[in-house]
Amino acid sequence: MQITVDMNLCESHGQCVFAAPEVFSFDDEDYLVYDAAPSDALLDKTMQAAAVCPARAITVTANPTATTDAPAAQ
Amino acid sequence: MSTSPTTPRSIVIVGASLAGLRTADALRAQGFNGSLTIIGDEPYLPYDRPPLSKDVLTAPTPAPLTALPLPDGLDARWQLGRPAVHLNPSARTVTLADGTQVPYDGAVIATGSTARAWPARRPPLPRGVLTLRGWQDAVALRAELIPGRRLVVIGAGFLGGEIAAAARVRGLDVTLIESAAQPLEGAVGTVAGSFVAAMHREAGIDLRTHTTVSGFHATDDGRITGVHLSDHSELPADAAVLALGAVPATDWLADSGIALENGVRCDPYLRALLTDGTAVPGLVAAGDVARVPHPLAGDTSVTLGHWTNAVEQAASAAHTLLHPDEPKPFNGIPSFWSDLHGARIRSVGLPGLADETRIAEHDLVGRRLEVSYHKDGQLIGALTIGRTRRLAAYQRELRALRDAVSHPATS
Repeated sequence: MQITVDMNLCESHGQCVFAAPEVFSFDDEDYLVYDAAPSDALLDKTMQAAAVCPARAITVTANPTATTDAPAAQ
Repeated sequence: MSTSPTTPRSIVIVGASLAGLRTADALRAQGFNGSLTIIGDEPYLPYDRPPLSKDVLTAPTPAPLTALPLPDGLDARWQLGRPAVHLNPSARTVTLADGTQVPYDGAVIATGSTARAWPARRPPLPRGVLTLRGWQDAVALRAELIPGRRLVVIGAGFLGGEIAAAARVRGLDVTLIESAAQPLEGAVGTVAGSFVAAMHREAGIDLRTHTTVSGFHATDDGRITGVHLSDHSELPADAAVLALGAVPATDWLADSGIALENGVRCDPYLRALLTDGTAVPGLVAAGDVARVPHPLAGDTSVTLGHWTNAVEQAASAAHTLLHPDEPKPFNGIPSFWSDLHGARIRSVGLPGLADETRIAEHDLVGRRLEVSYHKDGQLIGALTIGRTRRLAAYQRELRALRDAVSHPATS
Protein backbone atom coordinates (compact mmCIF):
# COMPACT_ATOMS: atom_id res chain seq x y z
CA MET A 1 0.00 0.00 0.00
CA GLN A 2 1.03 3.62 -0.43
CA ILE A 3 0.68 6.33 2.20
CA THR A 4 0.85 10.06 1.81
CA VAL A 5 0.59 12.55 4.66
CA ASP A 6 -0.15 16.18 3.99
CA MET A 7 2.39 17.76 6.34
CA ASN A 8 0.66 21.12 5.97
CA LEU A 9 -2.36 19.58 7.68
CA CYS A 10 -0.54 17.39 10.24
CA GLU A 11 -0.76 18.87 13.74
CA SER A 12 1.10 16.06 15.51
CA HIS A 13 -1.95 14.79 17.33
CA GLY A 14 -0.32 11.36 17.55
CA GLN A 15 -3.45 9.34 16.87
CA CYS A 16 -1.83 7.58 13.90
CA VAL A 17 1.18 6.69 16.04
CA PHE A 18 -1.16 5.10 18.60
CA ALA A 19 -3.08 3.19 15.91
CA ALA A 20 -0.18 2.00 13.75
CA PRO A 21 3.18 2.46 15.52
CA GLU A 22 4.83 0.19 12.92
CA VAL A 23 4.10 2.83 10.29
CA PHE A 24 4.03 6.22 12.04
CA SER A 25 6.32 7.81 14.62
CA PHE A 26 7.68 11.21 15.67
CA ASP A 27 11.17 12.62 15.49
CA ASP A 28 12.72 14.57 18.36
CA GLU A 29 10.89 17.73 17.31
CA ASP A 30 7.47 16.04 17.17
CA TYR A 31 7.44 16.00 13.38
CA LEU A 32 5.75 12.95 11.93
CA VAL A 33 7.87 10.38 10.15
CA TYR A 34 6.31 7.43 8.38
CA ASP A 35 6.88 4.48 6.11
CA ALA A 36 5.36 5.53 2.79
CA ALA A 37 5.04 1.95 1.51
CA PRO A 38 4.39 -0.38 4.45
CA SER A 39 3.55 -4.06 4.21
CA ASP A 40 -0.01 -4.87 3.20
CA ALA A 41 -0.23 -6.90 6.40
CA LEU A 42 -0.55 -3.51 8.13
CA LEU A 43 -3.42 -2.30 5.94
CA ASP A 44 -6.17 -2.53 8.57
CA LYS A 45 -4.08 -0.71 11.18
CA THR A 46 -3.07 1.93 8.66
CA MET A 47 -6.66 2.48 7.56
CA GLN A 48 -7.56 2.91 11.22
CA ALA A 49 -4.74 5.44 11.61
CA ALA A 50 -6.13 7.45 8.69
CA ALA A 51 -9.64 7.28 10.13
CA VAL A 52 -8.62 8.65 13.54
CA CYS A 53 -6.50 11.53 12.23
CA PRO A 54 -8.30 14.71 13.40
CA ALA A 55 -6.56 16.72 10.69
CA ARG A 56 -7.54 14.25 7.92
CA ALA A 57 -3.96 14.45 6.73
CA ILE A 58 -3.42 10.77 5.83
CA THR A 59 -4.31 9.19 2.50
CA VAL A 60 -3.95 5.44 2.08
CA THR A 61 -3.96 3.78 -1.33
CA ALA A 62 -4.29 0.02 -1.23
CA ASN A 63 -2.50 -2.12 -3.77
CA PRO A 64 -5.09 -3.64 -6.10
CA THR A 65 -4.03 -7.14 -5.10
CA ALA A 66 -4.26 -6.59 -1.34
CA THR A 67 -7.01 -8.46 0.46
CA THR A 68 -8.55 -6.94 3.54
CA ASP A 69 -11.74 -6.52 5.46
CA ALA A 70 -11.14 -2.80 5.70
CA PRO A 71 -13.44 -0.41 3.85
CA ALA A 72 -12.29 1.02 0.55
CA ALA A 73 -9.50 3.55 0.85
CA GLN A 74 -10.54 7.16 0.71
CA MET B 1 -23.16 -8.94 6.71
CA SER B 2 -24.82 -12.02 8.13
CA THR B 3 -28.49 -11.35 8.52
CA SER B 4 -30.30 -12.60 11.58
CA PRO B 5 -33.82 -11.93 12.81
CA THR B 6 -32.40 -9.18 15.01
CA THR B 7 -30.52 -7.33 12.28
CA PRO B 8 -32.17 -3.93 11.83
CA ARG B 9 -33.58 -2.93 8.44
CA SER B 10 -33.89 0.75 9.23
CA ILE B 11 -31.60 2.81 11.45
CA VAL B 12 -32.14 6.34 12.71
CA ILE B 13 -29.18 8.35 13.99
CA VAL B 14 -30.16 11.28 16.20
CA GLY B 15 -27.30 13.77 15.97
CA ALA B 16 -25.62 14.98 12.78
CA SER B 17 -22.19 15.80 14.14
CA LEU B 18 -18.98 13.78 14.34
CA ALA B 19 -20.33 10.79 16.31
CA GLY B 20 -23.46 10.56 14.16
CA LEU B 21 -21.58 10.82 10.88
CA ARG B 22 -18.92 8.32 11.90
CA THR B 23 -21.57 5.86 13.13
CA ALA B 24 -23.33 6.14 9.78
CA ASP B 25 -20.03 5.57 8.00
CA ALA B 26 -19.24 2.56 10.21
CA LEU B 27 -22.69 1.04 9.65
CA ARG B 28 -22.20 1.14 5.88
CA ALA B 29 -18.59 -0.07 6.16
CA GLN B 30 -19.80 -2.99 8.31
CA GLY B 31 -22.28 -3.98 5.60
CA PHE B 32 -25.55 -2.35 6.63
CA ASN B 33 -27.61 -1.78 3.47
CA GLY B 34 -30.97 -0.81 4.96
CA SER B 35 -32.42 2.67 5.20
CA LEU B 36 -30.42 5.23 7.15
CA THR B 37 -31.86 8.49 8.49
CA ILE B 38 -29.73 11.16 10.19
CA ILE B 39 -31.50 13.80 12.27
CA GLY B 40 -29.77 17.06 13.19
CA ASP B 41 -31.01 20.05 15.16
CA GLU B 42 -28.79 22.46 13.25
CA PRO B 43 -29.48 23.20 9.56
CA TYR B 44 -26.00 22.04 8.52
CA LEU B 45 -24.41 18.88 7.23
CA PRO B 46 -21.80 17.58 9.69
CA TYR B 47 -18.95 19.98 10.42
CA ASP B 48 -15.76 19.88 12.43
CA ARG B 49 -16.08 21.54 15.84
CA PRO B 50 -12.49 21.82 17.15
CA PRO B 51 -11.70 24.75 14.78
CA LEU B 52 -14.65 26.72 16.20
CA SER B 53 -12.60 27.85 19.19
CA LYS B 54 -9.38 28.23 17.18
CA ASP B 55 -8.99 29.06 13.47
CA VAL B 56 -12.60 30.14 12.96
CA LEU B 57 -12.18 32.81 15.65
CA THR B 58 -8.76 34.03 14.59
CA ALA B 59 -9.57 34.20 10.86
CA PRO B 60 -9.28 37.80 9.62
CA THR B 61 -12.41 37.31 7.52
CA PRO B 62 -15.44 35.12 8.27
CA ALA B 63 -14.54 31.50 7.55
CA PRO B 64 -16.65 29.07 5.50
CA LEU B 65 -18.35 26.18 7.33
CA THR B 66 -15.76 23.65 8.46
CA ALA B 67 -17.65 20.85 6.71
CA LEU B 68 -16.63 17.25 7.31
CA PRO B 69 -16.21 15.17 4.16
CA LEU B 70 -19.13 12.83 3.51
CA PRO B 71 -17.98 9.31 2.70
CA ASP B 72 -19.00 7.77 -0.61
CA GLY B 73 -21.96 5.42 -0.47
CA LEU B 74 -23.43 6.84 2.73
CA ASP B 75 -26.89 6.94 1.12
CA ALA B 76 -28.47 8.66 4.12
CA ARG B 77 -31.67 10.62 4.40
CA TRP B 78 -30.80 13.88 6.16
CA GLN B 79 -33.33 15.55 8.43
CA LEU B 80 -31.48 18.76 9.22
CA GLY B 81 -32.76 21.69 11.24
CA ARG B 82 -35.35 19.33 12.69
CA PRO B 83 -34.54 18.63 16.35
CA ALA B 84 -35.68 15.38 17.93
CA VAL B 85 -37.89 16.07 20.93
CA HIS B 86 -38.93 12.62 22.08
CA LEU B 87 -37.94 8.96 21.96
CA ASN B 88 -40.28 6.05 22.58
CA PRO B 89 -38.04 2.99 23.00
CA SER B 90 -40.89 0.46 23.18
CA ALA B 91 -42.73 1.76 20.10
CA ARG B 92 -39.32 2.45 18.47
CA THR B 93 -40.10 5.93 17.25
CA VAL B 94 -38.33 9.28 17.35
CA THR B 95 -40.53 12.39 17.34
CA LEU B 96 -39.29 15.59 15.69
CA ALA B 97 -40.12 19.14 16.81
CA ASP B 98 -42.79 19.49 14.10
CA GLY B 99 -44.53 16.34 15.32
CA THR B 100 -43.22 13.99 12.63
CA GLN B 101 -42.78 10.44 13.91
CA VAL B 102 -39.78 8.56 12.57
CA PRO B 103 -39.97 4.78 13.14
CA TYR B 104 -36.83 2.65 13.45
CA ASP B 105 -35.53 -0.86 13.98
CA GLY B 106 -32.28 0.47 15.38
CA ALA B 107 -31.40 3.92 16.69
CA VAL B 108 -28.27 5.78 17.73
CA ILE B 109 -28.31 8.55 20.32
CA ALA B 110 -25.54 10.94 19.25
CA THR B 111 -26.89 14.32 20.30
CA GLY B 112 -23.61 15.44 21.84
CA SER B 113 -23.58 18.17 24.45
CA THR B 114 -24.62 21.74 24.97
CA ALA B 115 -22.92 24.67 26.66
CA ARG B 116 -23.68 24.82 30.37
CA ALA B 117 -26.12 27.67 30.86
CA TRP B 118 -25.99 30.61 33.23
CA PRO B 119 -28.12 29.69 36.25
CA ALA B 120 -31.74 30.37 35.37
CA ARG B 121 -32.47 31.91 38.79
CA ARG B 122 -30.06 34.76 37.99
CA PRO B 123 -31.22 37.90 36.16
CA PRO B 124 -31.39 37.52 32.36
CA LEU B 125 -28.11 37.96 30.49
CA PRO B 126 -27.41 41.20 28.64
CA ARG B 127 -26.63 41.21 24.92
CA GLY B 128 -22.98 40.60 24.21
CA VAL B 129 -22.75 37.65 26.61
CA LEU B 130 -22.22 34.59 24.42
CA THR B 131 -21.63 30.88 24.61
CA LEU B 132 -19.81 28.68 22.09
CA ARG B 133 -20.97 25.28 20.93
CA GLY B 134 -22.32 25.34 17.39
CA TRP B 135 -21.44 27.00 14.11
CA GLN B 136 -23.76 29.97 14.58
CA ASP B 137 -22.25 30.55 18.03
CA ALA B 138 -18.78 30.71 16.48
CA VAL B 139 -19.92 33.14 13.76
CA ALA B 140 -21.54 35.38 16.37
CA LEU B 141 -18.52 35.25 18.70
CA ARG B 142 -16.07 35.98 15.90
CA ALA B 143 -18.09 39.09 15.03
CA GLU B 144 -17.67 40.33 18.63
CA LEU B 145 -13.87 39.92 18.55
CA ILE B 146 -13.04 43.45 17.42
CA PRO B 147 -9.45 44.57 18.09
CA GLY B 148 -9.15 46.86 21.09
CA ARG B 149 -12.33 45.64 22.74
CA ARG B 150 -12.41 44.29 26.27
CA LEU B 151 -13.49 40.64 26.48
CA VAL B 152 -14.20 38.70 29.66
CA VAL B 153 -14.08 34.91 29.33
CA ILE B 154 -15.75 33.11 32.21
CA GLY B 155 -14.30 29.64 32.77
CA ALA B 156 -10.66 28.74 32.01
CA GLY B 157 -11.20 25.17 30.83
CA PHE B 158 -10.00 24.06 27.41
CA LEU B 159 -12.76 25.94 25.59
CA GLY B 160 -12.45 29.15 27.61
CA GLY B 161 -8.66 29.04 27.33
CA GLU B 162 -8.77 28.61 23.56
CA ILE B 163 -11.29 31.44 23.18
CA ALA B 164 -9.15 33.72 25.34
CA ALA B 165 -6.05 32.83 23.30
CA ALA B 166 -7.89 33.45 20.02
CA ALA B 167 -9.15 36.82 21.26
CA ARG B 168 -5.58 37.85 22.12
CA VAL B 169 -4.52 36.94 18.59
CA ARG B 170 -7.30 39.24 17.34
CA GLY B 171 -5.95 42.05 19.52
CA LEU B 172 -8.49 42.26 22.32
CA ASP B 173 -7.88 42.96 25.99
CA VAL B 174 -8.79 39.66 27.59
CA THR B 175 -9.63 38.79 31.18
CA LEU B 176 -10.04 35.10 31.97
CA ILE B 177 -12.03 34.23 35.10
CA GLU B 178 -11.57 30.89 36.86
CA SER B 179 -13.22 29.72 40.06
CA ALA B 180 -10.51 27.16 40.92
CA ALA B 181 -6.89 27.79 41.95
CA GLN B 182 -5.61 26.97 38.44
CA PRO B 183 -7.14 26.56 35.01
CA LEU B 184 -7.98 22.93 34.15
CA GLU B 185 -7.24 21.82 37.70
CA GLY B 186 -10.00 19.22 37.79
CA ALA B 187 -9.20 17.89 34.34
CA VAL B 188 -5.40 17.69 34.39
CA GLY B 189 -4.26 18.71 37.87
CA THR B 190 -2.23 21.54 39.36
CA VAL B 191 1.07 21.01 37.54
CA ALA B 192 -0.35 21.17 34.02
CA GLY B 193 -2.91 23.74 35.13
CA SER B 194 -0.30 26.15 36.47
CA PHE B 195 1.79 25.60 33.32
CA VAL B 196 -1.20 26.65 31.23
CA ALA B 197 -1.82 29.59 33.58
CA ALA B 198 1.74 30.80 32.97
CA MET B 199 1.24 30.52 29.19
CA HIS B 200 -1.96 32.56 29.43
CA ARG B 201 -0.27 35.31 31.45
CA GLU B 202 2.73 35.37 29.13
CA ALA B 203 0.33 35.97 26.25
CA GLY B 204 -1.03 39.03 28.04
CA ILE B 205 -4.25 37.51 29.35
CA ASP B 206 -5.36 38.82 32.73
CA LEU B 207 -6.07 35.48 34.42
CA ARG B 208 -7.98 35.73 37.69
CA THR B 209 -8.23 32.50 39.66
CA HIS B 210 -10.31 31.84 42.77
CA THR B 211 -12.78 34.25 41.21
CA THR B 212 -16.35 33.94 40.02
CA VAL B 213 -18.75 36.25 38.25
CA SER B 214 -21.71 37.35 40.32
CA GLY B 215 -23.48 39.51 37.75
CA PHE B 216 -23.38 41.75 34.71
CA HIS B 217 -23.88 45.45 34.10
CA ALA B 218 -25.67 46.65 31.00
CA THR B 219 -26.75 49.79 29.20
CA ASP B 220 -30.41 50.86 29.36
CA ASP B 221 -31.03 49.02 26.10
CA GLY B 222 -29.51 45.82 27.47
CA ARG B 223 -25.95 45.67 26.11
CA ILE B 224 -23.17 44.47 28.41
CA THR B 225 -20.89 47.16 29.91
CA GLY B 226 -19.22 45.24 32.67
CA VAL B 227 -18.89 42.24 34.92
CA HIS B 228 -19.26 42.10 38.67
CA LEU B 229 -16.80 39.73 40.36
CA SER B 230 -16.93 37.73 43.58
CA ASP B 231 -14.16 39.89 45.09
CA HIS B 232 -16.56 42.85 44.72
CA SER B 233 -14.50 44.42 41.97
CA GLU B 234 -15.99 45.58 38.67
CA LEU B 235 -14.52 44.81 35.26
CA PRO B 236 -15.54 46.93 32.29
CA ALA B 237 -16.41 44.67 29.34
CA ASP B 238 -17.56 45.09 25.74
CA ALA B 239 -18.38 41.39 25.46
CA ALA B 240 -18.24 38.24 27.57
CA VAL B 241 -18.20 34.52 26.93
CA LEU B 242 -19.62 31.88 29.24
CA ALA B 243 -17.36 28.81 29.03
CA LEU B 244 -18.76 26.95 32.01
CA GLY B 245 -18.42 23.45 30.61
CA ALA B 246 -20.51 21.07 28.55
CA VAL B 247 -23.68 19.24 29.50
CA PRO B 248 -24.81 16.07 27.67
CA ALA B 249 -27.78 16.91 25.41
CA THR B 250 -30.40 14.61 26.92
CA ASP B 251 -33.36 16.97 27.46
CA TRP B 252 -35.22 15.32 24.58
CA LEU B 253 -34.99 11.95 26.39
CA ALA B 254 -36.47 13.23 29.65
CA ASP B 255 -39.63 11.11 29.59
CA SER B 256 -38.28 8.18 27.55
CA GLY B 257 -37.61 5.83 30.47
CA ILE B 258 -33.89 5.84 29.62
CA ALA B 259 -31.48 6.20 32.52
CA LEU B 260 -30.04 9.71 32.44
CA GLU B 261 -27.16 10.36 34.81
CA ASN B 262 -25.16 13.22 33.38
CA GLY B 263 -25.46 11.49 30.00
CA VAL B 264 -27.18 8.40 28.65
CA ARG B 265 -26.23 5.52 30.92
CA CYS B 266 -24.90 2.70 28.75
CA ASP B 267 -23.57 -0.82 29.24
CA PRO B 268 -20.03 -1.61 28.02
CA TYR B 269 -21.44 -2.31 24.54
CA LEU B 270 -22.90 1.22 24.30
CA ARG B 271 -26.48 -0.06 24.61
CA ALA B 272 -28.67 2.53 26.29
CA LEU B 273 -30.07 1.38 29.62
CA LEU B 274 -33.49 1.89 31.12
CA THR B 275 -33.79 3.22 34.65
CA ASP B 276 -34.12 -0.39 35.89
CA GLY B 277 -30.69 -1.17 34.37
CA THR B 278 -31.88 -3.35 31.49
CA ALA B 279 -30.57 -2.69 27.98
CA VAL B 280 -32.98 -1.26 25.42
CA PRO B 281 -33.16 -3.47 22.31
CA GLY B 282 -31.90 -1.73 19.18
CA LEU B 283 -30.78 1.45 20.93
CA VAL B 284 -27.17 2.58 21.36
CA ALA B 285 -25.40 5.84 22.20
CA ALA B 286 -22.08 7.30 21.05
CA GLY B 287 -19.97 10.38 21.65
CA ASP B 288 -20.30 13.17 24.22
CA VAL B 289 -23.78 12.05 25.25
CA ALA B 290 -22.84 8.49 26.24
CA ARG B 291 -21.90 7.57 29.80
CA VAL B 292 -20.05 4.28 29.58
CA PRO B 293 -18.19 2.04 32.06
CA HIS B 294 -14.47 2.15 31.34
CA PRO B 295 -11.95 -0.48 32.45
CA LEU B 296 -9.35 2.22 33.21
CA ALA B 297 -11.84 3.80 35.61
CA GLY B 298 -12.39 0.52 37.48
CA ASP B 299 -15.54 0.08 35.37
CA THR B 300 -17.19 3.19 36.77
CA SER B 301 -18.98 5.12 34.04
CA VAL B 302 -17.45 8.14 32.35
CA THR B 303 -18.52 10.60 29.70
CA LEU B 304 -15.73 11.71 27.39
CA GLY B 305 -16.37 14.90 25.48
CA HIS B 306 -13.48 14.39 23.10
CA TRP B 307 -13.12 14.13 19.34
CA THR B 308 -11.36 10.76 19.33
CA ASN B 309 -13.90 9.26 21.69
CA ALA B 310 -16.72 10.16 19.30
CA VAL B 311 -14.85 8.49 16.44
CA GLU B 312 -14.01 5.30 18.36
CA GLN B 313 -17.42 4.89 19.97
CA ALA B 314 -19.08 5.29 16.57
CA ALA B 315 -17.47 2.08 15.33
CA SER B 316 -18.45 0.20 18.50
CA ALA B 317 -22.02 1.49 18.42
CA ALA B 318 -22.41 0.39 14.80
CA HIS B 319 -21.09 -3.07 15.64
CA THR B 320 -23.47 -3.47 18.58
CA LEU B 321 -26.47 -2.48 16.45
CA LEU B 322 -25.58 -4.84 13.61
CA HIS B 323 -24.42 -7.74 15.77
CA PRO B 324 -26.66 -7.67 18.84
CA ASP B 325 -25.84 -11.30 19.64
CA GLU B 326 -22.08 -10.81 19.59
CA PRO B 327 -21.38 -7.31 20.86
CA LYS B 328 -17.85 -6.16 21.69
CA PRO B 329 -17.26 -3.85 24.66
CA PHE B 330 -16.03 -0.34 23.99
CA ASN B 331 -12.64 0.12 25.60
CA GLY B 332 -10.77 2.74 23.59
CA ILE B 333 -8.04 4.63 25.44
CA PRO B 334 -9.33 8.19 25.84
CA SER B 335 -7.26 11.01 24.41
CA PHE B 336 -7.71 14.72 23.88
CA TRP B 337 -5.84 17.76 22.69
CA SER B 338 -5.82 21.50 22.90
CA ASP B 339 -3.78 24.10 21.04
CA LEU B 340 -2.95 27.11 23.20
CA HIS B 341 -0.68 30.01 22.32
CA GLY B 342 1.08 27.90 19.72
CA ALA B 343 1.75 25.04 22.14
CA ARG B 344 0.38 21.56 21.51
CA ILE B 345 -1.24 20.01 24.55
CA ARG B 346 -1.81 16.30 24.09
CA SER B 347 -3.18 13.82 26.61
CA VAL B 348 -4.11 10.15 26.95
CA GLY B 349 -5.99 8.23 29.61
CA LEU B 350 -8.13 9.66 32.38
CA PRO B 351 -5.97 12.29 34.14
CA GLY B 352 -9.01 13.64 35.98
CA LEU B 353 -9.18 10.46 38.09
CA ALA B 354 -5.57 10.62 39.30
CA ASP B 355 -4.50 10.96 42.93
CA GLU B 356 -0.84 11.58 42.05
CA THR B 357 1.06 13.51 39.36
CA ARG B 358 4.65 12.74 38.43
CA ILE B 359 6.72 15.27 36.50
CA ALA B 360 9.17 13.93 33.91
CA GLU B 361 9.97 17.32 32.32
CA HIS B 362 8.88 20.86 33.14
CA ASP B 363 10.40 23.60 30.98
CA LEU B 364 8.24 26.69 30.84
CA VAL B 365 10.69 28.67 28.70
CA GLY B 366 11.03 25.85 26.16
CA ARG B 367 7.29 25.15 26.32
CA ARG B 368 7.84 21.51 27.13
CA LEU B 369 5.96 19.51 29.72
CA GLU B 370 5.65 15.80 30.39
CA VAL B 371 3.57 14.57 33.32
CA SER B 372 2.08 11.20 34.12
CA TYR B 373 -0.99 10.58 36.24
CA HIS B 374 -1.43 7.74 38.69
CA LYS B 375 -4.16 6.31 40.84
CA ASP B 376 -3.36 3.96 43.71
CA GLY B 377 0.17 3.88 42.33
CA GLN B 378 -0.90 2.73 38.87
CA LEU B 379 -0.66 4.74 35.65
CA ILE B 380 -4.01 6.23 34.56
CA GLY B 381 -2.99 8.98 32.14
CA ALA B 382 -0.34 11.30 30.74
CA LEU B 383 -0.09 14.79 29.30
CA THR B 384 2.59 16.43 27.22
CA ILE B 385 3.15 19.89 25.83
CA GLY B 386 5.59 19.97 22.92
CA ARG B 387 6.50 16.34 23.60
CA THR B 388 3.89 14.34 21.72
CA ARG B 389 6.57 11.81 20.87
CA ARG B 390 6.65 10.74 24.52
CA LEU B 391 2.92 10.06 24.65
CA ALA B 392 2.92 6.85 22.62
CA ALA B 393 4.69 4.86 25.33
CA TYR B 394 2.10 5.92 27.91
CA GLN B 395 -0.71 5.05 25.52
CA ARG B 396 0.80 1.58 25.03
CA GLU B 397 1.12 1.06 28.78
CA LEU B 398 -2.48 2.15 29.36
CA ARG B 399 -3.64 -0.28 26.69
CA ALA B 400 -1.79 -3.12 28.40
CA LEU B 401 -3.28 -2.15 31.78
CA ARG B 402 -6.73 -2.02 30.23
CA ASP B 403 -6.32 -5.43 28.64
CA ALA B 404 -5.21 -6.85 31.98
CA VAL B 405 -8.37 -5.71 33.75
CA SER B 406 -10.93 -5.92 30.93
CA HIS B 407 -13.68 -8.45 31.09
CA PRO B 408 -13.94 -11.07 28.36
CA ALA B 409 -15.91 -9.78 25.37
CA THR B 410 -19.02 -11.81 26.06
CA SER B 411 -22.45 -10.76 27.20
